Amino acid sequence: MARLRIRGGVHPDERKLTSDITITRVPSPKRLYLPLKQHIGAPSVPDKVIGEIIHKGQVIARSQGNVSAHIHAPCSGYVEDIIDWAAAHPSGLPTRTMVLVNDGKELRDDVSVPVNPLFLRPEIIAERVGQAGIVGLGGATFPAAVKLTLGQSRNTPILIINGCECEPYLTCDDRLMQERTEDVVDGVRLLAQALYGPETIIAIEKNKPEAIRRMEEACKGFGNIRIMPVPTRYPMGSEKQLIEYVTGRQVPAGKLSADIGIMLHNVATAYAVNRAVRHGKPLTTRIVTVAGKVVKRPGNYEVPIGMLISELLDYCGLEEKPERILMGGPMMGQALPHADIPVTKGCNGILALSADEVKNSTEHPCIRCASCVDACPMGLSPLTMSSLLKKDKLDQAVAIGLKDCILCGSCSFACPSAIPLVHYFNYGKGEILNRAQQQQKDDEIKRLILDRQKRMARLEKEKEEMMAKRMEAIAKRKAAEKAAAEENKEKEVA
Amino acid sequence: MIEGIATLTLLGLTLGLFLALAAHYLRVEADPIVEDITAMLPGSNCGQCGFAGCGQAAEAMATGDAGLDICPPGGKSLIENLSERLGVDWDFANTTTTAPMIAYVQEATCIGCTRCFKACPTDAIVGAPKQMHSVINSACNGCRLCIEVCPTECLQMVDVKTTLENWRWYKPQPISQQALAA
Repeated sequence: MARLRIRGGVHPDERKLTSDITITRVPSPKRLYLPLKQHIGAPSVPDKVIGEIIHKGQVIARSQGNVSAHIHAPCSGYVEDIIDWAAAHPSGLPTRTMVLVNDGKELRDDVSVPVNPLFLRPEIIAERVGQAGIVGLGGATFPAAVKLTLGQSRNTPILIINGCECEPYLTCDDRLMQERTEDVVDGVRLLAQALYGPETIIAIEKNKPEAIRRMEEACKGFGNIRIMPVPTRYPMGSEKQLIEYVTGRQVPAGKLSADIGIMLHNVATAYAVNRAVRHGKPLTTRIVTVAGKVVKRPGNYEVPIGMLISELLDYCGLEEKPERILMGGPMMGQALPHADIPVTKGCNGILALSADEVKNSTEHPCIRCASCVDACPMGLSPLTMSSLLKKDKLDQAVAIGLKDCILCGSCSFACPSAIPLVHYFNYGKGEILNRAQQQQKDDEIKRLILDRQKRMARLEKEKEEMMAKRMEAIAKRKAAEKAAAEENKEKEVA
Repeated sequence: MIEGIATLTLLGLTLGLFLALAAHYLRVEADPIVEDITAMLPGSNCGQCGFAGCGQAAEAMATGDAGLDICPPGGKSLIENLSERLGVDWDFANTTTTAPMIAYVQEATCIGCTRCFKACPTDAIVGAPKQMHSVINSACNGCRLCIEVCPTECLQMVDVKTTLENWRWYKPQPISQQALAA
């Protein structure tokens, strides 16, 4: 049973000014920077050596371990270097990155594609999705093939396609559904096929009437796919909130949506699946919303993965130096320290904000108005948790639900005192991780110390035994010598 | 004179017997809290706390003579565990623990004397005679025992490098007094 609205949430100014601008394809720049870790899980391993010639769409780094994804070349040319380059992360710390030089020839290898991929077995679809290096393109970047395999191994009767795009500014999914409707719907059908044909619901926020109309038209012929317009409220596009709204069921704390038989994929992922399975094209580009007041030509751009944000912003034009550059939306996006950072698979928006768009208000004491409690979609009490974290009372904060926080930022948005609530929860979650890592290290160190002590004791004992043996041998020899000498003496005497 | 000797001998024997019996019957069991704390401490007996070893430090902590933040290798998580075990509400505001550090071998000056890896309680230093030594970062708990034995001072303590894996959000700064007054 669908509910009337989600619990909590906020309604920020939408500012979706780019929803009527057609997607523009950005040409590949001279150099592309491809980080080896653009997804959740283990980083990929380079499959090409420095100087090796590459064709467009070739695998340049392979996945390793259970949860990982391939990375493909978005251009033809050669591998120039494998270096440490600033990661798409608020710290801007370096990460292993492959640098490709684009020769502009767009050479690509022939690929074989199935005549009708809808006849493929589900495992084969998942395999092809994995070969194309597709990850969750809504921003979570969880490898899509791993998710599909997980859904196949359990009973998954419901597939939800997330077209909510609840973050302000961002319109990339909206434009995708408006312009490439057929491809998106085909991708949704392929995803459904990969999950043995579950009931499929495409959820789109009501502020995208054009996308809803076109998608409804495109889905008319398919009985098990239905479009569900959902209310415009942040964070509607969050996994747990959307599942609860659409199905009326809650994902239990600490569990996955797959545990209750529901799988969620983004519309951009569905589009990428269509490109990969029907056309044999791996994930080498993605649609990025470039917006913000200082951008001269804001809009949606199909950007090759690995293009530097500075180059992308040059292409779109800047009126002045931006006050802040965000990767993602204004609610959950990460502020980047500088623009020499590549666009990665999970980047759905680049916002270059002017000074008046960035709200820098001073923090005031909490007035206990409980606006944050009303805003929290998870039903937590942000004011209590933040005051506990201020005193580093981590255990108590965890006890009242710090681990359930989805870091959506609704509380910080709603707070009239401008308390950086979500920053406290980021800090608290980091501390939880730190503590687990430290515990692991402590246990390891203790094991090492015990092992060493045992080894030392054993060596000591062995040494003593050896000494005792040697002494015994010497004593025996001496006794024998003595006996022999005495015998000789006796003989002499005789 | 004989009386004096007899009295003192008798006195000595009686008191001695009394003490021996008391030691046997009134023996105090080792404090279980001390045992627990000893189990929590790293156990490398590095002596950075100012006590001879982890056992003595545990005793001092149990009696309250030493603060909970005296163990640099244990770090913050140790303080949290200890405060939970001892039922003490520890205020981190005046904690003096420093950032975790690990040993680092400067390759140019290492002569391969093997003294450091003989001193390392966690087998974190590898090497061979007259070969360069190196520290396994994940196994080093920063006990500094190797620093003292190095004849060329090529071993140094360095901060643990911040990478994408161990980077964490810093704690938000509380409101300043100025902002409060405004």
